[in-house]
Amino acid sequence: MADSNHHIVPYRTYVLILLLLLTLTSISVAVTQVQLTKWATPVALLIATVKSSFVLAVFMHLKFDHAVYKRMAILIFLLLVVVIIITFLDYAFR
Amino acid sequence: MIENNEVNSENRSYLQEDGGRKGIFRWILSTDHKRIALLYMYAMMCWFLVGVTLGLLMKLELIAPGKTLIGAQAYNATFTVHGVIMIFLIVIPGLPAVFGNFLLPLMIGAKDVAFPRLNLFSWYIYVLGSILVILSLFGNGVPDTGWTFYAPYSFRTTTNMLPAALGAFVLGFASILTGLNFIVTIHRMRAPGMTWFKMPLFPWTLYGTAWIQLLATPIVGITLLMVAGERLLGIGFFDPAKGGDPLLYQHLFWIYSHPAVYIMILPAMGAISEIIPTFTRKTIFGYKAIVLSTLAIAFVGYFVWGHHMFTSGMSGTALFAFSFLTFLVAIPSAIKVFNWIATMHQGSIITEIPFLWAASFIFVFMIGGLTGLVLGSLATNVHVHNTAFVVAHFHFIVFGGTGFAFFGAMHYWFPKIYGRMYDKSWARTGWIIFFIGFVTLYGPMFYLGIKGMPRRYFDYLEEFHGPNIISSLGALVLVTGFLIILINLVKSARHGEKAPSNPWDGTGLEWSVPSPPPLENFEEIPVVDKATYKFD
Amino acid sequence: MAAITVTHEEHRDDIASKLGMWLFIFTELLLFGGLFIVYSVFRHGNLEAFNLAAQHLDVKVGTINTFILLISSMTIAMSTTAIQKKDKRTTLILIAITVALAIAFLVNKYFEWGHKFHDGLYPGSDVLVELGRGDTLFFGLYFFMTGLHALHIIIGMTFLIVIFFRVRKERITHDNFQLLENGGLYWHLVDIIWIFLFPLFYLITL
Repeated sequence: MADSNHHIVPYRTYVLILLLLLTLTSISVAVTQVQLTKWATPVALLIATVKSSFVLAVFMHLKFDHAVYKRMAILIFLLLVVVIIITFLDYAFR
Repeated sequence: MIENNEVNSENRSYLQEDGGRKGIFRWILSTDHKRIALLYMYAMMCWFLVGVTLGLLMKLELIAPGKTLIGAQAYNATFTVHGVIMIFLIVIPGLPAVFGNFLLPLMIGAKDVAFPRLNLFSWYIYVLGSILVILSLFGNGVPDTGWTFYAPYSFRTTTNMLPAALGAFVLGFASILTGLNFIVTIHRMRAPGMTWFKMPLFPWTLYGTAWIQLLATPIVGITLLMVAGERLLGIGFFDPAKGGDPLLYQHLFWIYSHPAVYIMILPAMGAISEIIPTFTRKTIFGYKAIVLSTLAIAFVGYFVWGHHMFTSGMSGTALFAFSFLTFLVAIPSAIKVFNWIATMHQGSIITEIPFLWAASFIFVFMIGGLTGLVLGSLATNVHVHNTAFVVAHFHFIVFGGTGFAFFGAMHYWFPKIYGRMYDKSWARTGWIIFFIGFVTLYGPMFYLGIKGMPRRYFDYLEEFHGPNIISSLGALVLVTGFLIILINLVKSARHGEKAPSNPWDGTGLEWSVPSPPPLENFEEIPVVDKATYKFD
Repeated sequence: MAAITVTHEEHRDDIASKLGMWLFIFTELLLFGGLFIVYSVFRHGNLEAFNLAAQHLDVKVGTINTFILLISSMTIAMSTTAIQKKDKRTTLILIAITVALAIAFLVNKYFEWGHKFHDGLYPGSDVLVELGRGDTLFFGLYFFMTGLHALHIIIGMTFLIVIFFRVRKERITHDNFQLLENGGLYWHLVDIIWIFLFPLFYLITL
C-alpha cells in the first residue's frame, strides 16, 4: 500500500495553501458585513468546509496518500451529516 | 484436512510463558493478546456475578405484588446498576474483548494484534471504568435513573451519578481503542493469501463491530460529558427551564446506544457462523451474503435510533422515518438466519455442545428479533413501550443472542484456550437447564407487557401475579443452569482431559496450532491458499 | 522439537501506525460531531438569540486565533518535509514554532474567557438567566466547545513536545518519522475543529 512516506511536499506548496486559507478566512469575516439572513449559516459552513478540505488534502496528505484514507474521511463526514439530517426530521417538523 | 496434533509437552504454551515475571504480573503486565482476552473474561465474570445478583434481587422482589424485599427507591437503584453493569461492563465488551482478543490473530494467521501495548492499556482502562461504576454502588445514593440516564432526572437526582457516568465514559475509551486495534489488525496483518473474502466470518463481524465501536462510542462519550456539565455547571442543554431539550438527550444517547446493540450482536452472529459449519460438516451457505449483510447492519444500524423514542414527542415525520428504517435493518439480520438454517439443511449435524448453543441461539434470537418488529411498528409500540414486553424483547435478543453465542463460543474454543476439554455430560445438563430457565424467566414478560405491566416498577397489580411467579422461578432455574456451566468450565480448565489441536475438525487457522497455542501463535506465518469452511 | 524462543522481532509497520492515527482522528471528529448536533438543533430553535449572542464575541480575537492555528498547521506540515530532507534543525524549529503558536492561542483564549467571566457570562450565571434562553444555550455551547477544543490543543501540544525531544535525540529521523507525521495529523485535526467553531460562534451575527 503506497503512502506519503516517499512523497516530499515542497515548502512552497504549504505556504501557498496557507495563503489560500488566510484569504478564505478573511472572506468569511468580510462577508459578515453583508446581511445574508438565512444564508449566513450555509455560507459560513461552505467556506469552512472548503478550508477543511484543503487542510485534509494537502496538510494531512490525503491528496498524496492511498485512496482508502480519503474514502474513509469522506464517509465519516457523510455519516455525521446524515445523522444531523435525520435528527432534523424531528426538530424541523415539530 | 488438518491433522490432529497431540499436545507436545516440550512445546511451551502461552500459559506457560512468563515473560520473566512472577505471579500476577505474568498476567497484568502481559501484552499477549491471549492473556489479555482472559483478563477481560475474568474481570467480566466478577462483574457478571454482581449483575446477576442484582437481577435476582429484582426477580425475588417481583415474585409478589407490593414490597417483598425492597421498596421503590432500592428497586430503581437495582435495575439501574444491573443495566449499567450488564450493558457497559459485560455485553458491549463481550465477545470482542474475550474471543476477539483471543482468536482474531489466530484466525487471520497473525502473531498478535497490531498494537499489543495499546491492547493491554485498553484492559487497564476497562478495569478503571468498571471500578468507577461499581463504586457508585457505595455511599449515599446509588444511581436510580435507569441505565439510560435520561435527562432532566439524571442531572437533578442527588444519587451518585458522576461515578456511573464517568465510569461509562472511561469504558467507552476501552471500547474505542479495542475497535481501533482490531481494524488495523485486520487491515494489515492478515496472512499472505488471505484476501478479504477468504477471511473467516468471525473476524468479519469483529471488523464491522470495530467500526461501530470506533464511530458510535464518541457520541455517548460527549453526551455523558454534557450530563456531567449539567450536574456540575448547569450548562442547560437538556434543561427545559434554561431552553434546553430533554429530548435532545434521548436523541444523542440513542444515536450511540442503538448501534451499540449491533456491537453486542454482530460478533455473536460471527461466532454462530463459525460453529454451525463445523458441526454440520458443510461450508457456510452464502458466505458473501453474510459478509455484506454484516456490513449493511453496521451501516443502517446508525440510522434507526429513534425507535427507542416513539412515544417521546418526536415529530410525525421522524416517527415514520425511524419505523421505516427499523424495518429495513431487520432484513440483513433475517438473511443471516436463513443462511444458518440453509447451512444445516442436508448437512451432517453433530449435536455437540457448541451446536446446541448455536441452535438454541437461533431460537431465542428469532423470538427477540420478531418481537423487535412489534416494537418497531408505531401502532403496536404505543401499546407496549415501557412495559415488560420491552424487557422481554431485549433480554431475548441480548442475553439470548449475545449470551447464548458467548456460551457457544466458550464451549467451542475452550479446548483451544485451555488445552483441555470440559465434561460434556455436565455441559449438556447445564445447557438444557439454562435454556429452560431462560425461556421461563423471560417468556411470561411478553404476556405481562401486552397486558399492561409497566417496566421498572417494583410493584404491580394483582392480576399480574401468576406469570410473575413463573418468571421469578425461571430465574432460579436459569441461575442453577449457569452455575452448572460455570463450575464445569472452571474445573475443566484445570483438570479436564487434555485436548488436541483440532478436537472438532474445524477448518480455521486457529485449529492448526497446538491447544493451547504457543506464545507467538504460529512458528511460521501460514500462507492461505484455499477458501474458508472447506469440508471434505 | 526445539522449544519456541520468545523473541518479538522489531517489525515496524508505519502504515499501521498511520491508519491507527487516522482512526483515532475519526473518533475525535465524531466526539465534536455530537456537539455540532447540539449546536445545530439549538441554533435552529433560537435563530435570533444566537445571532445576537454572537455579537458579544470579539471577532478580532477570533480571527487572530484562527490565523494562529492555520499558520501552526502549516509549520507542522512543513516539519515533515524538513525531516524527509534530513534537516533536523529546521524540523525542530518548525515544531517549536507550532508549539509557541499553540501557547499564543491558549493565552488569547484565557483572556477571552476572562473577559466573558468578568461580564458575568458563564454557565449558571444570573446575567445569562436575564439574557434569556437563547443566550444561555449559546454561551453554554461556547464554553463547552471551545473548552473541549482548548483541552485538545493542550493534548496536541504535549504530543508535539514529546515528538520534539524524540527528533532531538534522533529517535525520529528521515527514515523513521511516522510519529512526527501522526503528531501533525492530530494537530491538523485540532485546526479543522477550530475552522468550524470560528464561524459558528463568531461570524453569524446577522
